[in-house]
Amino acid sequence: MPSSPRLLPSSPIPGLRRRRLLGAALSTFTGSALLAGCSPQESPNQLTVAAYPQIDAVVEQALQSWRAQHPGVTVKVVTRQYGDHHTAMTTALSTAVGLPDVMALESSFVGRFAHGSGLEDLSAAPYEAHQLRDRFVAFAFDQGTNANGRVLALPTDIGPGTLLFRQDLLARAGVSVENLTHSWESFVDAGLAIKQKTGAFLLGNAQTLKDILIRSGLQPGQSLYFGSDHEVLVKSSRFERAFELALKVRRNQLDARVNAWSNEWAEGFKRGRLSVELSGAWMVGQMAKWVAPSTAGLWRAAHLPESTFVSYGGTFYAIPRLSNPQRKAHAWALIKHLTLDTSRQVQAFREVDAFPALSQALDEPFFDEPLPFLGGQPARQLWREAARRITAVSVHKQNSFADEVVGTELDNVLDRGKSITAALADAHRVLVRRARR
Amino acid sequence: MSRSVIKQRKRLTPRWAPYVLLMPFLVLFAVFGIFPLLFSIVLAFQSWDPSSGLASMTFVGTENFSFALGDDWFWKSLGSTFTLALLSGVPQHLVAIPLAAFIDRTFGRWRDPVSAVYFLPYITSSVAIAILFGALFSKDFGLVNSLLHAWLRGENIDWIGRSETLGPVVSFIVFWRYLGFNLVLYLAALQSIPRDLYEAAELDGASAWRQFFHITLPGLRPMILFGVTLSVIGGLQIFEEPFILTGGKGGPDQVVMTVGMYVYRTAFEFNDFGAASAMSWILCAIVAVMTWVTHRAFKTDGSPR
Repeated sequence: MPSSPRLLPSSPIPGLRRRRLLGAALSTFTGSALLAGCSPQESPNQLTVAAYPQIDAVVEQALQSWRAQHPGVTVKVVTRQYGDHHTAMTTALSTAVGLPDVMALESSFVGRFAHGSGLEDLSAAPYEAHQLRDRFVAFAFDQGTNANGRVLALPTDIGPGTLLFRQDLLARAGVSVENLTHSWESFVDAGLAIKQKTGAFLLGNAQTLKDILIRSGLQPGQSLYFGSDHEVLVKSSRFERAFELALKVRRNQLDARVNAWSNEWAEGFKRGRLSVELSGAWMVGQMAKWVAPSTAGLWRAAHLPESTFVSYGGTFYAIPRLSNPQRKAHAWALIKHLTLDTSRQVQAFREVDAFPALSQALDEPFFDEPLPFLGGQPARQLWREAARRITAVSVHKQNSFADEVVGTELDNVLDRGKSITAALADAHRVLVRRARR
Repeated sequence: MSRSVIKQRKRLTPRWAPYVLLMPFLVLFAVFGIFPLLFSIVLAFQSWDPSSGLASMTFVGTENFSFALGDDWFWKSLGSTFTLALLSGVPQHLVAIPLAAFIDRTFGRWRDPVSAVYFLPYITSSVAIAILFGALFSKDFGLVNSLLHAWLRGENIDWIGRSETLGPVVSFIVFWRYLGFNLVLYLAALQSIPRDLYEAAELDGASAWRQFFHITLPGLRPMILFGVTLSVIGGLQIFEEPFILTGGKGGPDQVVMTVGMYVYRTAFEFNDFGAASAMSWILCAIVAVMTWVTHRAFKTDGSPR
């Protein structure tokens, strides 16, 4: 008959030592897991910055001078991939668990978070961020300010829109830069000539033309898809024109029907099958480094057609409202350190193509240097002018959903022969149900 | 004496030992199973801007459910889900059953290694699978188009970029992935069919086809019910393959945006956790109904087998 279980623990047999060890390990595991889950860094001198690739490198770079100025304050940079980072920030804001002291945000997420109350109001004391407005490119600062005038994030880099074109293909087609940029209609006509004479496509995808045309002609503070009272604007002439020109591009086979960042898209640039790219100024760095380095010297930059000035992305820094209050003063000092220093802004531009949001940085001699990828053109001067002429676009809560609905309806027009009127009416119907959610 | 009493108190008593030993599972199940389930029930009745924190929730009654039921995109994603589930699920069983019978009869002691080969895709990372098939079906540089071009000399097909071809491609990937799983199920079930039935049929002069239709298929019926039930539940919850293959968007015209993907996007991309929770509970109800329908369809006329 086996011994009574109650007596077993005092037995010295090896099996029971194992059991004791197991119990100890279990309690250690559960204990440490619980601690890891809820142990905030309590030290007021230990900051956490949440960032995504490239911005993390900019922050790390700036920490060298930060440590010299703030010897007692350590900074830990937590990096996640772009999508994961913003999902993690949404989760952190929703639960107030795992909040960093400083969060880097892409411009569209600033617009999205601006509707809630998760970010600290930087226009209030002790930050007084509105006093810094003149130091930044105007639209960038306004982009970090919500409808109630609260400053929720400070900009660090921006993406002034530019038109990049293959000089050699234009020359072969007898198309001038004036032809390409006079108006959006002349832009498409120039594409016809390029296709006819060289066989090269004008664009990767007709959708990119629509994306920019619906941004053209917006008044400062207006939203792309929704009016101030949530009315849906997709049946306006702005959208009709965008759809008509995109359809003309597709009908004349002027787009390669490839999506940005796909293998086919990159190959299109490498093999000279794409003659134009509409994007942010940062694209030149991407093209020169990995997309199509072999085409260096063949590209030039110009303003977007019809003097359209728009922004393609940008990065901001914000402080979560519910982050540790003891560390907010240091967090604000760090944000100012990252955004208000001319040399650091220029260094970030030089190293990772982060176009400065700091006005003063735009006057640095670096902006007058020739760019080898663009055949020695000092194109930064062009982008500087564009940056100063862009106006802020208000971001509606349903902006990303509307983006997708309108993009899908354009696909229906381009690929399935749906009429533009019907497509915009359908988009309108879907968005009306969403507008006030 | 008193020291040994203290020692005993510190030790794990048999009364608590099972609970303590089960604790790792219970904690994980509570955190990752029960809590999200309960939280999503709560969320389904709330309007919530997640970036404003938990305190910003407001009770809206059944508004999220009525919104979901009237949402064009929800019905569209449900249509995509059913199409993918049918296109990938039905062939899985139509191929797995005869293939299992063939492997069982033909390969003898090599049966297990052969079925292991078919099982491999099931245990392979779905990310790796989606990336691999993304490369195979690439428009300009994919192997599939290269082969087709070599044989047929036609224009390259944009398999992933066109709504007409993307659905079949995703269905094929799902079919390819889960075929081996069903094969293993049916091979196991075949072992339970008495061999003497086949011997008797042979003596009576029944052909292999007649044996298949009159012995194998009826013998597999309980396993078919089990396999089809799993396919119905899995098919209505397809997420990974179309998500990774289309960069999380669902492809042109959202043709492979399943309900699972739409729920995820509604919450994390469109910031509407209330509607997303309501949609997930509607999907749960649909899965339950479809499972019941499957059981009704496979129930024999007499007593259940």
